[in-house]
Amino acid sequence: MSTKETLTGAEALIRSLEMENVEIMFGLPGGCILPAYDPLLKSSIRHVLVRHEQGAGHMAEGYAHVTGRPGVVMVTSGPAATNMVTPLCNAFMDSIPLVCITGQVSTTALGTDAFQECDTVGITRSVTKHNELVMRPDDIPMAVRQAFLIATTGRPGPVLLDMPKDVLQQTMTWHWPTDQEVLDSLPGYKPTTKGHPKMIKEAAKLILEAERPVLYIGGGVLKAHAAEIVKELAELTQIPVVTTLMGRGAFPDNHSLCLGMPGMHGNATAITAMQKADLLIALGVRFDDRVTGKVATFAPYAKIIHVDIDPAEQGKVRKPDVPIVGDCRQVTEEIVKSVKELLHEGTTQADVGPWRSKVSGWQEKFPVAYDQAEPGERLKPQFCLERLRDLAPEGTIVVAGVGQHQMWASLFWRFNEPYTWVNSGGLGTMGFAVPAAIGAKAARPDRTVWAIDGDGCFQMTAQELVTATTEGIHVKIAILNNTYLGMVRQWQEMFYGERYSEVNLAGCPDFVKWAEAMGCVGLRVESADEIDAVIAQANSINDRSVVVEFRVDEFEKVFPMIPPGTSNDDVMLHPSQEDKREFLK
Amino acid sequence: MRTINSNNPFGDSYQHHILSVLVQNRPGVLARVSGLFARRGYNIFSLAVAPTEDADYSRITIVVDISETPLEQIVKQLFKLIDVVRITELDPRKSVERELMMVTVSADGDLRGQVVELANIFEAKILAVGGDSLTISLDGHPEKLDDFEELLRNYGIVESQRTGRVALPKLEREARTRATKGKTS
Repeated sequence: MSTKETLTGAEALIRSLEMENVEIMFGLPGGCILPAYDPLLKSSIRHVLVRHEQGAGHMAEGYAHVTGRPGVVMVTSGPAATNMVTPLCNAFMDSIPLVCITGQVSTTALGTDAFQECDTVGITRSVTKHNELVMRPDDIPMAVRQAFLIATTGRPGPVLLDMPKDVLQQTMTWHWPTDQEVLDSLPGYKPTTKGHPKMIKEAAKLILEAERPVLYIGGGVLKAHAAEIVKELAELTQIPVVTTLMGRGAFPDNHSLCLGMPGMHGNATAITAMQKADLLIALGVRFDDRVTGKVATFAPYAKIIHVDIDPAEQGKVRKPDVPIVGDCRQVTEEIVKSVKELLHEGTTQADVGPWRSKVSGWQEKFPVAYDQAEPGERLKPQFCLERLRDLAPEGTIVVAGVGQHQMWASLFWRFNEPYTWVNSGGLGTMGFAVPAAIGAKAARPDRTVWAIDGDGCFQMTAQELVTATTEGIHVKIAILNNTYLGMVRQWQEMFYGERYSEVNLAGCPDFVKWAEAMGCVGLRVESADEIDAVIAQANSINDRSVVVEFRVDEFEKVFPMIPPGTSNDDVMLHPSQEDKREFLK
Repeated sequence: MRTINSNNPFGDSYQHHILSVLVQNRPGVLARVSGLFARRGYNIFSLAVAPTEDADYSRITIVVDISETPLEQIVKQLFKLIDVVRITELDPRKSVERELMMVTVSADGDLRGQVVELANIFEAKILAVGGDSLTISLDGHPEKLDDFEELLRNYGIVESQRTGRVALPKLEREARTRATKGKTS
């Protein structure tokens, strides 16, 4: 055992990834990363060869979203690295654990404007949690261990390792660093996971005192695997729950306490409950502008308990009354314990009954609504989503692009299980859906994966369906084709006096033929009477990917909507509900 | 990195904060730190960086003129950088600050004597003597340097260069500690 083993840097890299239990990676080789692709031939790691590096990044994100494990990407230098900037930024914004390996020109050529050289570490510095240019082959195992530790602990995020070609080619003496060696190498990295006991007690007291409390939960609950304990807290205290766009599925939509999504396109009940609340228990959320609307008027009566693992989120937007830095699961467990203790000691919880009745009243009066299509009119996109939802097999994972279809998917789907919703929240990356769906399906081959996409989004990354076909990763794509950049069109209609500027995508290709050209089954739905049969057909195909184009109403808008820069109190309801606005006062 | 739009950047809106940032001595760490300020549109007033007594670490002394709220956020963001080990905000009233200035002043004939006299008063050093100019160095509290520079301006400053400031906490002397305790109790 004591004999020192000599490996090339490339072999050490692949072995290090194996040691980190990487089962699958997404990538595309090129000049500088070539040495690393050779030992991959005899590795246990499955490599998915993509058609564009951005696709590899989003696949890794889809994989990470549904598994909670880090997604791994390997691409070459220069243009490949710059193509990775979008997924890295996406992962940074949505706190997705990602490890990205990029090739780099040899150390002897660094800084000479060599072929396919770019300052990868410089370019990606502000879109990664950490990045590193690895200058010696002996440093590779440590760099990989650090990368996985940093990507997956604390607030998760993307880490990039830039690997010069000669570092991959030179030899090194294999040594796999111990846990202690890794921790010692990072003296500045000590994420806080355990909440402050005094703050936890304070939080428990506030929870029991509140008459109009709301649990405001987000992506951090999923990252921390805290869904179960959050449910226990909600049920113990009978506090209604709103789930943010990143937190959809963290609390089941079919639960009587679930109010659904708040924010710019949230439902009226979720939005108003937060506005009227006297306490927001904010778990793993960051008071994003899409949730708060105009910050000065957001939840004006509410005290705030803010639980987040990132200290920089405390007070970034709204000053919390009880800030708790820590892991969402650990802290929520402690809060539940503390609440139980207080109850046991004889503290009685304030009566939340009247509040819950009030909230139920809103739910009854303000369901998410849309106008049904008249006979002969184009399909309504919301109707398509309802049919997709109702016909979807149990446990279907839903992936969305960015825009109107994403909001409708979040509003109309029922997410009853965590990790069944994948979307690009923070960065709003159009083109996310197709590759992310492939990554999700690669991670969960046992599940049906439906990507809900728009015609604009689909045209950005559709070529990854070739990857899906060649790799045998069979996904289902629903294109809600309104021949517009729909959300932009909606804003131009509402805020720019219907002056439509560069939003019409009419003349887009024949999606059915395009799907077939990529080895998928292409289907089209144009009327309500054929919709169920086509969806059933799509659901029954398991040996190929399926693309279903739904020709939908061009002018449908997403409601509710909080116009940018306005107060959440002034939410625009669906026109059919505006006359009931009084009830939200 | 001095603000160029004001002669006295600490003038009316005196909000200067000194951050002493202990970092791992690694390539790119300065870019990471300065990038955070740039991203938020905040100007770094001065910056000094050098290895500490332990060569594995460097200390970056940053002077910024921003108000408390964004500063708190910046400090939290800075601390998220993996290479950042410790951040201390030094209260100017409770720290010793030093800066070094080198300045070349025109001083021919009779004027030379006046400049040399001024340098002596400030305990500055004459580094080089030319036919019609002198190069002088002065280290000390930044305000002392400001005063000296102001006085030299009358003679004509050919060129001047200042380092960023460095700072360390003032040492609590036994006597002073006792005195403070006496007052507060």
